[in-house]
Amino acid sequence: MIDVEDLSVTFGHGAATVHAVRGISFHVAAGESFGLVGESGSGKSTVLRALSGLNPDWSGRMTVAGQTLGRRRNKVFYKQVQMVFQDPYGSLHPRHTIDRILAEPIAIHNLGEADRRIGRALEEVGLGPQFRYRYPHQLSGGQRQRVAVARALILEPKILLLDEPTSALDVSVQAEVLNLLGRLKTERDLTYILVSHNLAVVAHMCGRLAVMNHGVIVEEMTVAQLRAREPAHPYTRQLLTASLGYDRAAIDRFEDFAATA
Amino acid sequence: MDFATPKGLVHAVRGVSFSLGREKLGVVGESGSGKSVTGRAILKLVRPPGRVSAKRLSFDGIDLLACDERAMREIRGRRISMVMQDPKFSLNPVMTVGAQIAEAYRLHEQASAAEAKRRALEMLEAVRIRDPERVYRAYPHEVSGGMGQRIMIAMMLIPDPDLLIADEPTSALDVTVQLQVLAILDDLVTQRGMGLIFISHDLNLVASFCDRVLIMYGGRVLEVCDAKRLSEAQHPYTRGLLDCLPRIEVGKEPGGKAGGPADLPVLHRDPAWLDQGV
Repeated sequence: MIDVEDLSVTFGHGAATVHAVRGISFHVAAGESFGLVGESGSGKSTVLRALSGLNPDWSGRMTVAGQTLGRRRNKVFYKQVQMVFQDPYGSLHPRHTIDRILAEPIAIHNLGEADRRIGRALEEVGLGPQFRYRYPHQLSGGQRQRVAVARALILEPKILLLDEPTSALDVSVQAEVLNLLGRLKTERDLTYILVSHNLAVVAHMCGRLAVMNHGVIVEEMTVAQLRAREPAHPYTRQLLTASLGYDRAAIDRFEDFAATA
Repeated sequence: MDFATPKGLVHAVRGVSFSLGREKLGVVGESGSGKSVTGRAILKLVRPPGRVSAKRLSFDGIDLLACDERAMREIRGRRISMVMQDPKFSLNPVMTVGAQIAEAYRLHEQASAAEAKRRALEMLEAVRIRDPERVYRAYPHEVSGGMGQRIMIAMMLIPDPDLLIADEPTSALDVTVQLQVLAILDDLVTQRGMGLIFISHDLNLVASFCDRVLIMYGGRVLEVCDAKRLSEAQHPYTRGLLDCLPRIEVGKEPGGKAGGPADLPVLHRDPAWLDQGV
């Protein structure tokens, strides 16, 4: 479904060039959930942004559903691929009602039947019709993220790119949003790429994951291998140890992988 | 040390009582549970229209309720210090890191500028900043988030306080950096006999890091338990919070036909919890 080959992304020019992503390749099959894990600055979000066309300065080869991607994306691409962003406070227009936010993609793609589609989309993400004419500031963080999911799904895409969809939410709300994403995936046979710094969230949602550090994929593995604590790369092992909680003795053995990458 | 019962006008915190010795006390709750306000109330940093009322609020024999602003300034920083959540907003952007740390020292000690600088450099080293000389001369925007947080901790620790209130000091950091910062705090508690109030939303982290845990909900303390025994917590709210966390170790079988994950248990809130409290 998604093929990425030798993808590189740089920012800036000359001596100030930053190589955010350095020649990574991965493949995601249709109907799969693929996790991209890494710490801040590892380039995991940049991969998503390059894939979704938000970041035009990339090199390599990307194929989505058999179509090779160019610099610019057309409407057909966005009908297939949609993205949910990390910050539900920043990704919704503060002066548009939920109704208008959801109507915009329908208008752009000339889908028609806006009224019916918006009503259904809200229902699907578990928000009642009473939310339809509210503004984002009248909603909680979890409700906003549901609106963001509804906006992504209103075009009935096949692929959803999720950039830290729950990291701004409380754990109880996180569980609700993860359940929603899991249910929608099954119902609509979606393909997910989930970017997160939280190994537990990725282990819960995905079947396979890639671990990124400093713009390269250090390891690709199945979640079963992660659960069995069998990562091969020392960076992944350290990340896993750190994710399991505070352990004074283990911390002294932490290495700084930024220096060696 | 002994604290008791701050009460807010908007009832942000209602009837909270706890005491703290030389230990690591975790305060856990979701957003809006009143955990940060509790931390601020101890330092009397709650500004009008906020109001703090309590039966007793005492620290090392000092009645904090009776202290005026002047007396509180003697206590803040010197005796009780607080690390805020975001270093980006807590550091002065137009002052070098070193000058800010040295200032914190000279406010509380009679020390020469040279002596303050020497202590500041020592402190930067103590929080494991590799090149303290360079960081001393840097401005806050020139350092990373993890380093900014360590700088904040260095600044708060330089007057050698007896109690440190850390309000989500590490939630903006990567997991490995987060644990390294916690290790610094842990060592200080062990070596200096400092008390630590650790405010966080991360149950797993608090369970593995602290000695005791307060669970807050809707401005009340619902449960106090031993951190090591948090997994055996009794209150349905605590149980609900623990259950709704996805876990790495537990292999949940894919439930859906397209390999979707099984649902996580969802927290069901009981309005009666708001009338409970320990």
